[in-house]
Amino acid sequence: MFGKLTWQAIPFDEPIALGAAALIGLVLCAVLVWVIVKGYVPYLWREWITSVDHKRIGVMYCVLAMIMLLRGFIDALMMRSQQALALHAPGYLPPEHYDQIFSAHGTIMIFFVAMPFVIGLMNFAVPLQLGVRDVAFPTLNSVSFWLTAAGSFLVTLSLVVGEFARTGWLAYPPLSELTYSPGVGVDYYLWALEISGIGTLMAGINMATTILKMRAPGLSYTRMPVFCWTSLASNLLIIAAFPILTAVLSMLLLDRYCGFHFFTNDAGGNPMMFVNLIWAWGHPEVYILILPAFGVFSEVISTFSGKPLFGYRSMVAATMVICILSFMVWLHHFFTMGAGGDVNGVFGIMSMVIAVPTGVKVFNWLFTMYGGRIRFTSAMLWSVGFMVTFVIGGMSGVLLAVPPADFALHNSLFLVAHFHNVIIGGVLFGALAGTAYWFPKAFGFTLDERLGKAAFWFWLVGFYVAFMPLYVLGLMGMTRRMQHYDQPEWRPWLLIAAAGVLLILTGIALQVAQLFVSIRTRNQRRDPTGDPWDGRTLEWTTASPPPVFNFAIYPDVTGAEPYSGMKERALESMQPAQEPKYEAIAIPRNTPTGFVTAFFAVVTGFAMIWHIWWLVTIGLIGAYATFVAFAWRDVGETEIPAEEVARIDRATREVRAAALRRTHARQHEQGQSA
Amino acid sequence: MIISVLRSMVILTVLASLGGCGETVLSPIGPIGAAERTILLDSVAIMLAIVVPTIVATLAFAWWFRHGNSRARYRPRWAYSGELELLMWSVPALVILFLGGIAWIGSHDLDPAKPLHPKPLQIEVVSLDWKWLFIYPGQQVASINRMVVPAGVPLHLRVTSASVMNVFFVPRLGSEIYSMSGMATQLNLQADEPGTYPGLSANFSGDGFPYMRFNFEALPAPQFDAWITAARSTGGVLDDAAYRGLLRQSAPLHPYTYRSVQPGLFDRIVTLQLPRGEGPRSGRPSPDIKPIAVH
Amino acid sequence: MNTAALQPQDVPEQVGHSDAGTGVPHGATDSAGPASRRIIVGYGFWLFLLSDIIMFSAFFATYAVLSGATDGGPTAAQLFDTRNVALETACLLASSFACGMASVAVSERNQMWTQLTLLATGVLGAAFLALEIKEFASLVARGAGPTRSAFLTAFFTLVGCHGLHITAGLLWLGTMMAQFLAKGFRENIRHRFLCFSLFWHALDIIWIAIFSLVYLNGARA
Ligand code: HEM
Ligand SMILES: [Cu+2]
Repeated sequence: MFGKLTWQAIPFDEPIALGAAALIGLVLCAVLVWVIVKGYVPYLWREWITSVDHKRIGVMYCVLAMIMLLRGFIDALMMRSQQALALHAPGYLPPEHYDQIFSAHGTIMIFFVAMPFVIGLMNFAVPLQLGVRDVAFPTLNSVSFWLTAAGSFLVTLSLVVGEFARTGWLAYPPLSELTYSPGVGVDYYLWALEISGIGTLMAGINMATTILKMRAPGLSYTRMPVFCWTSLASNLLIIAAFPILTAVLSMLLLDRYCGFHFFTNDAGGNPMMFVNLIWAWGHPEVYILILPAFGVFSEVISTFSGKPLFGYRSMVAATMVICILSFMVWLHHFFTMGAGGDVNGVFGIMSMVIAVPTGVKVFNWLFTMYGGRIRFTSAMLWSVGFMVTFVIGGMSGVLLAVPPADFALHNSLFLVAHFHNVIIGGVLFGALAGTAYWFPKAFGFTLDERLGKAAFWFWLVGFYVAFMPLYVLGLMGMTRRMQHYDQPEWRPWLLIAAAGVLLILTGIALQVAQLFVSIRTRNQRRDPTGDPWDGRTLEWTTASPPPVFNFAIYPDVTGAEPYSGMKERALESMQPAQEPKYEAIAIPRNTPTGFVTAFFAVVTGFAMIWHIWWLVTIGLIGAYATFVAFAWRDVGETEIPAEEVARIDRATREVRAAALRRTHARQHEQGQSA
Repeated sequence: MIISVLRSMVILTVLASLGGCGETVLSPIGPIGAAERTILLDSVAIMLAIVVPTIVATLAFAWWFRHGNSRARYRPRWAYSGELELLMWSVPALVILFLGGIAWIGSHDLDPAKPLHPKPLQIEVVSLDWKWLFIYPGQQVASINRMVVPAGVPLHLRVTSASVMNVFFVPRLGSEIYSMSGMATQLNLQADEPGTYPGLSANFSGDGFPYMRFNFEALPAPQFDAWITAARSTGGVLDDAAYRGLLRQSAPLHPYTYRSVQPGLFDRIVTLQLPRGEGPRSGRPSPDIKPIAVH
Repeated sequence: MNTAALQPQDVPEQVGHSDAGTGVPHGATDSAGPASRRIIVGYGFWLFLLSDIIMFSAFFATYAVLSGATDGGPTAAQLFDTRNVALETACLLASSFACGMASVAVSERNQMWTQLTLLATGVLGAAFLALEIKEFASLVARGAGPTRSAFLTAFFTLVGCHGLHITAGLLWLGTMMAQFLAKGFRENIRHRFLCFSLFWHALDIIWIAIFSLVYLNGARA
């Protein structure tokens, strides 16, 4: 009846896992009860869960990422404390638990923190920067998000019911084959990634179509903000890479469920093929993550330097070069599998070549600051912190691309230090910079800057203290994924690293505090103009938070950085642009399709993991029925009447006009005093 | 010139941060490790030549062009300079050209499969769950979790796995190599300085992975011969039946030797004529690893 | 807003991007605003097909790697029955043709012809599927099932993945027919049909690749 599912699936013998799970469950229940008691359920359902508004979906992606970041970080804390204790000693985490933790940490951080964070930012900002009203397929967007959420739900569920993979975040066979991993852990891993992977692929198609086919009049490719360019590159990479992930994970599923022989040791299976295929996805994946972060930094550095981005064309060219090259370097992840000198040499050189466009980008940011008037908001701090940190991480990356150096460093903590160096210093700092930058746009009030800056410094210093020792440990020959060790000279460095993690913990606590404080004091920190940073691109022309339709009329773009242009013209003529003729706007109706589909995806995935075949059938039929129900819908859009549009837009225009007069007066004064 | 200065800087910093204890891949005991160390340090030095100025410039520009600095000139429209862009592309390209050369030559010179000598000492390495088996085909003995070699003699290793993937690695010797079922990878090494050095697996292989460590011992030639002689007179015989016993998951195993080895055993492992590692008996709870012994 | 006095030497440096504020009107090559719904839907679906083809490429590559790994079991030359495959191909091509006819009928808004041609599309697709299942069943019966060797694993997966696509297509097709009946030729349904026909033709192309790379190649070897 319930397949492999029995009471034994609950890890009663692992008090730590069970305790953690109970805590999470308790917190979730508390939140749920609070939401119900306060009567927020209908509001959440109407305004968020069923929303197809790209801004709401973007925010939900980011919230998901932040919650999962906490989970992933707790895993990191546990690993760091275990290794601090485990010299000649078993520590407090037995191997079968420790192995789940690093696997879950890697999986969660990549798929359910970094991915949703950058996709969330793209979702929120790209349509606004393009001057359009939504993404190409709003309902599909909601489906994508909820499938990602479904994946993270399954991963979280594995904490309580069953176990997670004990194979590392890429689940190399034959270790991940049924013979060596007979438990459900790998199945949790596989189904969570298959489900969320499909969501990501849909999101990529959606966003690429949006950028290629939906732009405000006049917004030609060469006028697109760099964030749109990097988003385009990132989403094209999603379209090209994620199908490979789907395919290779399906093959492993077939091996495990049907006794196939793709990657088994026997009957001619070939585990190295898995390694090739997974990295054919995996290397582009790192650029999927970093490119949008590059875009965020480009926007932030340009805005807060009060200048256009230096070398726009170089920047675009570099982005596209990286996009293409990222598919030609995957072999650098296994130089030590015995490919010959020619193959290793070619892939080594190709990998280094990517460093050229990346270096160009860093120089472009550098010269964007040159001649600027830099305001050090927290978003800008993250960006400068990124530039310094990323250059170091890039250097260690190029070093690992030199095959003979990799022969000595592969799979060591040097590698772990390298990728955290670029992924925390690059992707995570980028996501946090983007959050600080666009938060006021999303909610209409700014975040507390003092706490934000304090959080930045703790993160930055914490990062260096936590990860620089890992470079040393790597050189000392310490490999990754060690549950215990017996070389005493490693110990001091592991203790320093543990201290660093405590600093990061402080940074995270400050961020939570920042969120609380900012929300409580939101009325003092409202930004009525919708343009708190003196922005240069279209998202700042609309109100904060923007109305559902984003723009009352499509902005007419006559140059790059259109909003700077508009503001300059308005200042010169002391006249806001003329009031347009308002028309009714049709917006897509909310629908629970995404949520319901994800529900059935969870049911199907869970049933598959536990071999409950009747439930699989129900899940699949449910998902199909959801689609049919959606397809049967007669009214897909609601109309906002012209008067309503006019009312909303006029209010914004008035605030803007007042702001314009203030600026003018201030400049006048400055002019006289100068 | 600059590079060599940078290089000595790198060495100094690294050594200082390693506490001078020197038990690292940067203090190799053989030619392969030494060559890799040179490449490693040279590459870092070359990159520092561009990385250090970039970091300094980042901090300097950020500081000088801060909002409050009235001495810094604000150029709100300056966003293009052909010469600068040329530099931006060509400087990194030149660095990469240089490094690419090193990478190309290095990956051929230090290709793990490249022989060091026409007649090296042959050793066959098998990774099992969770122990290492070292077979000396010429001497017809075998050893578990302890690899003994004569110092100063070129070694030729053929490496395979009886179950999941592992990586054979003696950090101070240089060059890792994957061990994979159904194939034999090759590794040529040499230990010049006699001594005992830690060896380990660098690829996660399951719950007993931390136990996949072994002592690598380089002995002067006479002592090595003595070791072989001693090995020939103690321990069991490694035949099919004994090998099957090794396939069960177990750890930690104290080192021991086999007095003789059935000829061709390694090749039969590689060609999958013998069974593979059994894997765990059940899903949860975990397979039997004994609590670890405190040394 | 920081509008410091412009220095004359600043101006020529604005090449390319930084024509902010110059207010140059946009020319014919610029974006004219968001594209029409039909174009957006077609384009998006086309991107999806691209990704689907990439997924198939992964299966093709796997097949290429594993096609020799027969583990002492039967080889491609011993197994493939080209007659059956030719019949399958004929069914699929005819189905695609019927789907093309359906496009014409839809653009003519002719309910009866739409239903008839779609029915033909579906019946021919189902026939293809039946032939494929028959082939699979006979292979399994001869002890050449997917668990026999890595080669057969890759074969069954590649061909079966195409078959699964056909099955999904048939489900979609049935839904489309019901929608045309119940809702008529509404715009969004016509867009969906456009996607369906793209999908159906793409499956043809993939089949041709399977036909030549797997079957013809295999039978020859
Ligand atoms: C927030 C601070 C973080 C800390 C303290 C941290 C710490 C760690 C530690 C201790 C390990 C295990 C190293 C080992 O194998 O011995 C690890 C592995 C890993 N981390 Fe993090 N991490 C952090 C953030 C991140 C982020 C943001 C990402 C990605 C977005 C990430 C991705 C990974 C991956 C992919 C692995 C490899 C997992 C595996 O071995 O399978 N980490 N991290
Ligand atoms: Cu890579």
